Amino acid sequence: MFKKFSPSSDVSGQTSLKSSVQRSIRSGLLSQWKIDPETLEQIWPKKEPLTLVKCRDHISIYTLHGEALFFQHFDEPFFPTLRLLHKYPFLLPMVRIDRGAIRFLLAGAHMMCPGMTSKGGYLPPADAALPAGTPVAIHAEGKEHAVGIGITKLGTEEMRTVNKGVGVETVTYIGDDFWAVQTL
Amino acid sequence: MADAESSQAGQSVQPVQLLYCGVCTFPVEYCEFGSHLTKCKEWLHETHPDLYDKYYSDEALQAKLGTLSLEAQEKLEKDTAKKEAKAEAKAEAAQKKKMASQVTIKRIERNKRKFVTAVHGLEAFDVDLKKAAKFFAQKFATGASVTKNPQGNDEIVVQGDVSGDIVDMIEEGVGLLKGVPKDNIVEVEEKKKKGGDGAA
Repeated sequence: MFKKFSPSSDVSGQTSLKSSVQRSIRSGLLSQWKIDPETLEQIWPKKEPLTLVKCRDHISIYTLHGEALFFQHFDEPFFPTLRLLHKYPFLLPMVRIDRGAIRFLLAGAHMMCPGMTSKGGYLPPADAALPAGTPVAIHAEGKEHAVGIGITKLGTEEMRTVNKGVGVETVTYIGDDFWAVQTL
Repeated sequence: MADAESSQAGQSVQPVQLLYCGVCTFPVEYCEFGSHLTKCKEWLHETHPDLYDKYYSDEALQAKLGTLSLEAQEKLEKDTAKKEAKAEAKAEAAQKKKMASQVTIKRIERNKRKFVTAVHGLEAFDVDLKKAAKFFAQKFATGASVTKNPQGNDEIVVQGDVSGDIVDMIEEGVGLLKGVPKDNIVEVEEKKKKGGDGAA
């Protein structure tokens, strides 16, 4: 989604949000992320107004004092930005890819099932299986922090059985154009 | 006030502090996949020697091999080296281009004794045009704006003939204009052509 992104041409406008909209976003975040209200309060204090940055292709980025906090495509689920995810790694469920896949991920490729089912990879166990279309944090073998954020294209159980093709679609990763944008 | 804050912090989860590399902006553990590995290593060695040991000591390198076969690892290393060389060449070319690009200061006759000054090419030297325009406006107490010229490039147009002053300012490297080499300045004069051309 963010492999190519340049603020000068892709951003179409910035507006501050109505408080009612902010309230609905806040409740949306609380239901979608594994987060308690106090932590959310710390990330985004109630008194601080959120700014909506509209971009091409129905992408909305929400910023606080110019710093991007999370984004959304159309009205799909919210994704935290990678920097936010690094600070609060528990926001999203995690999958892990093996070492061989890291460099492909950092070149912007989608993540194939074998990279997650192999020995270095990790998928949530069967009792915590994720359905398709869930935002996930992509971690890497032998690394502490997330390397990217993606959205599952198959359910995690399905990935195990099919073990072929795209399992997680990469949304943003370390070193893409969105990563390079520190403030909007 | 302070009490309320601390009690709140007690409930919520503290953010993880993470060190980002000063060279490639990646989290330091991912430097090895970036394109400036040697520089990143140097930077980390200087600023955070303890972390350097954690990531680049022999044991760490051994442990990293993990499940990957030796050939695959070798290939990866080769790729990284290649990428690094490529990035370096690219950076050099960009630097060269930057050094070769010129700042044009154009004095345009608007109406016999009235002039405007157009400054073009500042953006190549990482100058924020909008801020620079504001700065000029303040400095010369005239209007200054960022406009698109017919070629579609952004330039700063300052009202009044201030070409000489701008040259001086760039040479001295005042404020925003730092880093613009003075050898690259070109002064041009443009007279209004006779006839209806000026209206177009």
